[in-house]
Amino acid sequence: MSLVTVQLGQCGNQIGREVFNAICSDVHGTHGLCSKKENESYHDACKERFFIEAESGVPVARAVLVDMEPKVISQTLSIAAKSGYWKYDDHSHFCQKQGSGNNWANGYTVHGPRHKEAIMNLVQKEAEKCDRLGGFFTIMSMAGGTGSGLGAFVTQCLRDAFPSSFILNHVIWPYGTGEVIVQNYNSVLTLSHLYQSSDALLVHENDVIHKICAQLMHMKQISFKDVNQVIAHQLGSVFQPTYTAEDGIHYSRNPLGDLMETLVPHPEFKMLGLRNIPQMPENSLAYSTFSWPGLIKHLRQMLIANAKMEEGIDWQVQPPRPGSSVPSSHSTNKLLHFNTSIANLVILRGKDTHSADLGSFRDPSLYTSWLNPQDAFSAWKTPRAFNKYEKSASLVSNSQFLLKPLDNVVRKAWNMFASKAYVHQYTKYGIEEEDFLDSFTALEQVISSYTIL
Amino acid sequence: MTQSVVVQVGQCGNQVGCRFWDLALREHAAVNKKGIYDEALSSFFRNVDTRSAGDGPGIYKGKICSLKARALLIDMEEGVVNEILQGPLRDVFDSKQLITDVSGSGNNWAVGHKVYGCQYQENIVEKLRKTAEHCDCLQCFFVIHSMGGGTGSGLGTFVLNLLEDEFPEVYRFVTAVYPSGEDDVITSPYNSVLAMKELNEHADCVLPIENESLFDIVNKIHQMMNSGKLGSTVKPNSLVTSSAGITKAVQEKPFDAMNNIVANLLLNLTSSARFEGSLNMDLNEISMNLVPFPRLHYLVSSLTPLYTLADVNVPSRRLDQMFSDAFSRDHQLIQADPKHSLYLACALLVRGNVQVSDLRRNIERLKPSLHFVSWNQEGWKTGLCSVPPVGHSHSLLALANNTCVKPTFMELRDRFMRLYKKKAHLHHYLQVDGMEQSCFSEAVLSLSDLIEEYNELDATKGGPRADPSRLKIAV
Repeated sequence: MSLVTVQLGQCGNQIGREVFNAICSDVHGTHGLCSKKENESYHDACKERFFIEAESGVPVARAVLVDMEPKVISQTLSIAAKSGYWKYDDHSHFCQKQGSGNNWANGYTVHGPRHKEAIMNLVQKEAEKCDRLGGFFTIMSMAGGTGSGLGAFVTQCLRDAFPSSFILNHVIWPYGTGEVIVQNYNSVLTLSHLYQSSDALLVHENDVIHKICAQLMHMKQISFKDVNQVIAHQLGSVFQPTYTAEDGIHYSRNPLGDLMETLVPHPEFKMLGLRNIPQMPENSLAYSTFSWPGLIKHLRQMLIANAKMEEGIDWQVQPPRPGSSVPSSHSTNKLLHFNTSIANLVILRGKDTHSADLGSFRDPSLYTSWLNPQDAFSAWKTPRAFNKYEKSASLVSNSQFLLKPLDNVVRKAWNMFASKAYVHQYTKYGIEEEDFLDSFTALEQVISSYTIL
Repeated sequence: MTQSVVVQVGQCGNQVGCRFWDLALREHAAVNKKGIYDEALSSFFRNVDTRSAGDGPGIYKGKICSLKARALLIDMEEGVVNEILQGPLRDVFDSKQLITDVSGSGNNWAVGHKVYGCQYQENIVEKLRKTAEHCDCLQCFFVIHSMGGGTGSGLGTFVLNLLEDEFPEVYRFVTAVYPSGEDDVITSPYNSVLAMKELNEHADCVLPIENESLFDIVNKIHQMMNSGKLGSTVKPNSLVTSSAGITKAVQEKPFDAMNNIVANLLLNLTSSARFEGSLNMDLNEISMNLVPFPRLHYLVSSLTPLYTLADVNVPSRRLDQMFSDAFSRDHQLIQADPKHSLYLACALLVRGNVQVSDLRRNIERLKPSLHFVSWNQEGWKTGLCSVPPVGHSHSLLALANNTCVKPTFMELRDRFMRLYKKKAHLHHYLQVDGMEQSCFSEAVLSLSDLIEEYNELDATKGGPRADPSRLKIAV
């Protein structure tokens, strides 16, 4: 089954091209560390998922590029074509001239309806090119105007046009200290709307990735390109082919479906966080060796202690002991910042994955009581190494990972809303104060639900 | 890609405008090596084949034939415009883009606004329409004028009104040059306050400029150049005050250096809309992010660096210095000190070889020393444009919506009241058809209201910051 990627706005398009780059360079790199046959299966599965074979032999990404101004898309198209390994379809993009001015209302109520037909036509075309449609993967930021506002509108349209397809929104959270002054408004409006039409939101925070670049990758001068490449690596580590069954013979063909099934048991809980280890500068890779027990131990503690990366993990935090199921353990948990999970997915890639023991992730104390621990945890594996890392482990988690960041965004937005600052910019385009209140209410509900896990 | 049209009104407006076109050509020439008419050029210029008869339809792709500025030059006396048309920029302007008269406005806002406004309304609208028709997607009007005179101030604000009526969807950015205390035009306070009312009501964004600040910056540069520090040679074309002229045969006129600063401001403001970058900042984003309440649309600007030294390696310390300078008193283009007043919003547009980590590091570093309003504690709008200005490897434009504009406005009101109380020179205004005393009282009221809004915000500065209580959800 194939995934159609919809890249929205400047951020969506810049990240999108890095994702396809990462996938391509992973496939064409010779670091598979596995048999030729394995490599070929991997290659085929990846191609089916993300690309179409064109007459020229250069694979064409299954993607639709959308932006309200032309500069980024034209840059994206030309950079892709230059690589020689892959390209975008020359017709699969839509842009306008003026941009959305960082105004969610402009993206949602003006550009959305105006360009719905043109955009959905492009999506329809891409969907038809798939033998079997596995779902939609949209990439957007929530701080700006196009990715956020138009993105929310397009997601709704996707839901209406493809009611039984999976939709996963990859959402970028802006730096806390501002990239856009009205980013918190735009974020609140985006998240509340996406929650209604999307199946799940996979989140990356700029602050976190920036820290990874600075502390783990030792970059002195970090550009957005660097940040985007780390994000692309992490996404690739999730969406490149894997075996989902223990004795898998074929690579799984329904990545989005599998993901939703394992991670989103309840529509109130759609916020997914992503962790990937190890991360290091490329020139250190050759000198490092990792063991699966070590990696798994770190990943588990990152989950429990809500650590954003593999440095600075708080090893003091432990899950509550089985005996202490008294309500007071709630506050103790909060005190120790224990991160309760609903469901987790671990993906292992590389050498000796069959020997990796993931039993520690099946510990019931990690999870809420609704699901059987066996159902709350899934593992996908492949012996094929990813992107030059001999061993790579990723965690996609439906847990309290994003509770604090979400709460921060809502708090700051509410703070600004109380003074009514900038609201006139939104009412100008038909988003009224009631709409804001509806969005705030929806998100407070989500926060409340995740808090009482 | 969108287009912008520059409307330059009055002597000051046209002199600044002239410098703008000169430097715009220089900037595009530096970037556009192949002589192809590209999207970036089209934002300010039309490509016209002058051989064909009549208007010469615009050519949208291919080689550059003849560039025409998307501009309207308006002045009620001919001297300045004629000089432009005889100077090195004569081919950049179409004769149909000019509106001139002979006798000037006599430093009288009422003459500029009521008399000439009425007289030339149709002509102006027609020419604006024509210019707009040549644009594929017109996004913004840049209006440049002084506040203290008669034409720029009076007719300029009249044109602002017209723009709002005829093109309500197009942004109106006004670059307004405010008179200094020792202005030689006695009635400048009247003209300025009358114009302020128009700016309050009809502009989307105003970039106030004070001659004193420009003058101080020019002096600072001269001192630096003449001090002749060993090992520090300044790249001549990197001066924020330098003109483009390859041939420096024409002697620079006295205001040229100061006007070049304003021209550079406009170039930097629009750079991210014209050129690519990793985080674009378009003009509509500036208005969206920096105007929290409709009337508070006055933005204090600062440009750094003022010059580049010739040595190539730029250690990041110097880069950080650029950020620090942007917030210092002596780099602001009005006499104000944003650091000691209250920020409502702040935008940083960086050009050239600067990455997001540099931006973040400096925001973190400078934030503690700045006061932000309680509901916008982390209110930064950032933009990264890859193309640096000519002669620089990087540069920074800071735009602040800050209560430090209040003193400028209060002084203006004081100077106004000193004249108004005595009814000095009032008769020159009242004898103009359509002018009444109420125009004056309304204008000063509008200004007072604005000052009061800033006062209210200032009162919140440093106060206790309890977050408003959140919505409670029934569990």
